[in-house]
This record gives sequence, structure tokens and C-alpha cells, in this order.
Amino acid sequence: MTDIIIMILCTLGAIFIFIASLGIYRMPDFYTRLSVTVKAGTIGIGCILGAVALYFADFSVTTKVFAIIFFLFITSPVAAFMISRTAYSTGVKLWKKSVVDELRDDLEKECLEEGKELDLSEQPEK
Amino acid sequence: MSLQDYLLYVVVPIICLSLMIILARFIKGPHVVDRVIALDLIITSGVGLIGVFCILYQDASFLDTATILALIAFLSTIAFAYYLDKGNNND
Repeated sequence: MTDIIIMILCTLGAIFIFIASLGIYRMPDFYTRLSVTVKAGTIGIGCILGAVALYFADFSVTTKVFAIIFFLFITSPVAAFMISRTAYSTGVKLWKKSVVDELRDDLEKECLEEGKELDLSEQPEK
Repeated sequence: MSLQDYLLYVVVPIICLSLMIILARFIKGPHVVDRVIALDLIITSGVGLIGVFCILYQDASFLDTATILALIAFLSTIAFAYYLDKGNNND
């Protein structure tokens, strides 16, 4: 019975990692690629490491597994936020069918409050 | 079919195939940031592969390596973001 649950969890995790790899290969621009990889990657790792904890059924192994899952769930959105902000400020273009660009609206509002001219020479076109 | 056979012949090939697809994006990626997230995903999938290897060889000490790899993935992404941003401001 435990073997079957472990098989199901490992298969789910592998399928999520496969979906993430297809997403990073096929998506049209950087920002959509980023959103696919972060979500699918963390869920896949969670399933596989949960299977490891079930297989060993040992306190020290379970503690390590929870530490890894907690660390990945905390850090991977932070890393995605940092790298996407860097990409926006270095001028990586959005996909031409994107409809919402909230960071650009925020920058415009900020410049309006300070009374400065908005310098968008390095930001992507809308 | 035992658990070990299933993992060795079904789960490990799926993860290896996805690693190759991510490597294709890593080589192709038009910008530096594409390569950075491809590297991040390669390391994260490596953590999953290490987890499967723990069950295959019945040795839980591989999990320490997985912890270090998860740490390195986060630190490398943050460092690349910081230095790309800084280099952009200076020139």
C-alpha cells in the first residue's frame, strides 16, 4: 500500500517537472516562462520529497525533507521576483500580446507625484 | 514490478528528458536572464533526482546534498539579479 502511494507521488512530481520543462521551452517570452517554471518546479519537488519521507518513515529524514520543502517554498518566489525586476529594468521585452503591465503604471504614477519626466528609454514597449 | 524497478524505468527517464529540454533552453536562451532561470530550474530538478536516488539506493544521507543544492540555487539567482542590475546602472 505504501509502495503504491510512493509510486503515485513520484509520478506526479516527475510529471510536474516535465510540464515545467515544456513550459520553459515553449512559452513565448521571459515573464511567462518564469511564471511556469517557479510554480511547477516547487510542486514537483514537494511531491517527490514527500515520497522520500513516506518511504523512510524516520524522524531525521522527515525533518530534513520538511526543511528542504520549506526553504524552497520560501525562497523560490523571492528569487523569481528579484530576477523578473532585474529583467524589466534591463529592458527585456514583453510578449506583444500581453495586456497588463502594472509595473509601468506604478513607475508612471511615481514620476507624476515627484513632478519628473518619466524616463522609459530602457523599459520595454507596451 | 517492484518500487525500485518502477522508479528506475519510469520516473528517472522522465526527469532526465526534462533536464535535456531545460538544457536546450539554457543553450538557446536569447537573454542572460533566460539562462539564469534555466540554471535555477536545472538545479531544482536535480534536487528531485536526488530524492528519487535516495529511494533507489535506500540511503538517506543524499538529502544533505539536496539541502546544499537548494541553497546554492537561491543564492546564485539572487547574485545574478544583483550584479545584472548593478552593471546596468553603472554604464
